[in-house]
Amino acid sequence: MAGSRIKLELSRVVQGKSRLGVLKGLGRTGQHSLEVPGCLLYTHFGTVPHLTQDTLHTLSNLSSVTQVTLAEHQEVLEEFKDGFKKFAGLHDTVLYCSLHDPAAPCPPGYTTNKTVSVWGSGGRIELTVAKFMALQKTVRPDWYQSMADGETWQSNTSRKRVRKSVDRTLAHLDECLLVHQNSQELQGVEVFGVVEGGDILEERVRSARETAKRPVAGFCLDGLQTGSMDQALRTQLIAAMTKELPEDKPRLLQGVGRPDEVLACAEAGVDLFESFFPFQVTERGCALCFNFDISPDPERAGRAPPAGVVNTGETQPNGDVTLDDQTQMTSFEINLKDKRYQDDFRPLVGGCGCYCCQNHQRAYLHHLLVTNELLAGVLLMIHNTAHYNGFFSALREAIANDKLDLLKRRVLGERGGQTERKE
Amino acid sequence: MQPSIFSCLASYVHYNMAAIVECGADSNTAENHMSLKKALSVASPLSLRIIAECSVTKARACDLILPHSAVSTPVFMPVGTQGTLKGITVDQLEGLGCQICLGNTYHLGMRPGPDLIEKANGLHGFMNWKRNLLTDSGGFQMVSLVELSEVTEEGVKFKSPYDGKEILLSPEKSISIQNSLGSDIMMQLDDVVSSTVTGPRVEEAMHRSIRWLDRCVAANKNPHKQNLFAIIQGGLNADLRKACLDEMTRRDVPGFAIGGLSGGEEKDDFWRMVTLSTDHLPREKPRYLMGVGYAVDLVVCVALGCDMFDCVFPTRTARFGSALVPWGSLQVKHKQYAKDFQPIDPDCQCPTCKRHSRAYLHALFKSDTAAMHHITIHNIAYQLNLMRSVRQSIVEGRFPEFIRTFMKRMFSSRDQYPSWAVDALASVNVTLE
Repeated sequence: MAGSRIKLELSRVVQGKSRLGVLKGLGRTGQHSLEVPGCLLYTHFGTVPHLTQDTLHTLSNLSSVTQVTLAEHQEVLEEFKDGFKKFAGLHDTVLYCSLHDPAAPCPPGYTTNKTVSVWGSGGRIELTVAKFMALQKTVRPDWYQSMADGETWQSNTSRKRVRKSVDRTLAHLDECLLVHQNSQELQGVEVFGVVEGGDILEERVRSARETAKRPVAGFCLDGLQTGSMDQALRTQLIAAMTKELPEDKPRLLQGVGRPDEVLACAEAGVDLFESFFPFQVTERGCALCFNFDISPDPERAGRAPPAGVVNTGETQPNGDVTLDDQTQMTSFEINLKDKRYQDDFRPLVGGCGCYCCQNHQRAYLHHLLVTNELLAGVLLMIHNTAHYNGFFSALREAIANDKLDLLKRRVLGERGGQTERKE
Repeated sequence: MQPSIFSCLASYVHYNMAAIVECGADSNTAENHMSLKKALSVASPLSLRIIAECSVTKARACDLILPHSAVSTPVFMPVGTQGTLKGITVDQLEGLGCQICLGNTYHLGMRPGPDLIEKANGLHGFMNWKRNLLTDSGGFQMVSLVELSEVTEEGVKFKSPYDGKEILLSPEKSISIQNSLGSDIMMQLDDVVSSTVTGPRVEEAMHRSIRWLDRCVAANKNPHKQNLFAIIQGGLNADLRKACLDEMTRRDVPGFAIGGLSGGEEKDDFWRMVTLSTDHLPREKPRYLMGVGYAVDLVVCVALGCDMFDCVFPTRTARFGSALVPWGSLQVKHKQYAKDFQPIDPDCQCPTCKRHSRAYLHALFKSDTAAMHHITIHNIAYQLNLMRSVRQSIVEGRFPEFIRTFMKRMFSSRDQYPSWAVDALASVNVTLE
């Protein structure tokens, strides 16, 4: 594993922090790549929520990395033998296997020295390192997250508990690596080490420093998810961790998906994000509509979501941004169930090139939502995924062209005071 | 002429004229000529070209030319109740080869309402479906879904389930809504009586349906671009059916539906009413058997001379994990498929079968709604393919053989054949081995 094939080629680092580059050598034969900052493709068991292959492939610029969480289906995969990608009909993607589903709740209180618990449709599954590694051998992902004790995200967690989680996670990693190195089946598969440390700076630094000593291909930054802390603290912790991490390995931030938080975290040095946010927006019947157009071309600017979206009151202001419940609507979306869209014959976002916006109108989506029709989820998921991907392209463009401040102003929509509050 | 809300009107009037000319070139008999003249006199935006007729059964293969596109019959029409086909995009539906689907007037009239749909350029515009649409009258749902409904000569009175307001669905109102929806085929409001009811109520309903047909015809604001079909009623009583057929076929409507069946009656009664109806319906007009969608029923009723069918069954059952296959159905959620790595049907060419195994779909049902979409796509593909094969066999003059092969595959042995199907097929000269 010392010869990890994953290679991060950075083309730009702004102020020693925000990084622009390409993650190369992904997949068993190393033929895939992913631009950073970028996001993974969020799935339920290998399927982007609500979408079939037809509807998924109306989307261009899909992430080349599919994220999956699959502890509960070990038995069938063992029987199948050829790995999850083939089982799920995923032919041309890089598979990343994470421990938890970032959009599903993970009740605390089930972690021991030797085990962690994950939750599937059938309830709790307790994993030891042996079981966890047996799972990886049947899944055969291209890369996976090592087993970790990530229960320390709650703000009242004691220093002792945080220290224990760092120690356990490092112990798990060492055990995982040991099994990994002796497994024929896992040759060419990459391991991401997990950095813990709750909200305690020294523990974050220690976790990052120690993990970086191990032969891992990249790092998962855990326990920083939306709702666990405010962005100022998150930024501070990320900056402290990334200082300890090698330049040439990717950093994946878990549990953060809101555009404002993504911007701040990418600025602090995060390369990869999970893309569960568009799914959450879809589930509440909303459409992403925030502006991210930083193009100097005035003609193109007109095609972006109207800056006035916020001012006309179409989106709802959210209170304290950082402490929001994840299921609550944010100011980056419009609620299409709202009666005002009943006779609105415009696309969700003017100028959006997604299948939904090219073919359907807000009034139709409103109708599908109020009548509980399944197509609502399909069309919203298409749009929200397209919009979110577009945002990440803009983020890369902004880093490349020194326009991060402009992008921030666009995304935050010059919402009075909010920018200041977060900084 | 009404000011049109359809941007494509000009193009489809043109299409229709071309189609009529085509029909004229094809018809030689005086009878056909007469009906053609009749058709021209009301300028109904429909023409039917009979491509082939089975020499043994009453089956036929036709091209039904409708305002938005041609439809190859026999045809199964999937049901998109509320302006959407359960989780499937219009592009997917088009990709499966669907040429016509249904919308429900009752549901759409309630939500989002006819005014809004009219503003959206009709149901075609609202759901962005480029091919043909058929809408029902709304009467059936009213009787089946709404407990508090009352039928009078004026129409069907019922309480809105949304705001409790009393609403009257008259023939005029039904057509007015369907005019707003802009469907290619509209259905008359009929007086629907459960097919298990007998006695004077059935006769009353039959006569009322005839009177309502006349009111519907008179109320149609768009006879030049929307076809209005009559619905044959008369319950399970042959005399009443015959009387209804006599009366209704005297009206110059573009097509006929056989109604009041598929409501839990004995299959022996069902097929006899179907075959009686097709015996008396004009050859040159399409025949639509309402509410029929099981594979065996489709094949038998094609043999009895029906052209068009609709049913919610294939899409509804899909959402419960039931996949249709040539040997019946396969319950994807059942444990026995948890480790079955074959596709649903190894011979099926649908997007689902080409990519996914039974085991994957089984597991996906626990995680995501996309599992339902996969089965829905497969089931629509199954229905459409079945009808394509039926048509092909009629065109190639081997429909009786097709039926025999179909039945053999569907049932494990001869004694599993439903007796009604055996009888019905025997009545059109097809004996099963």
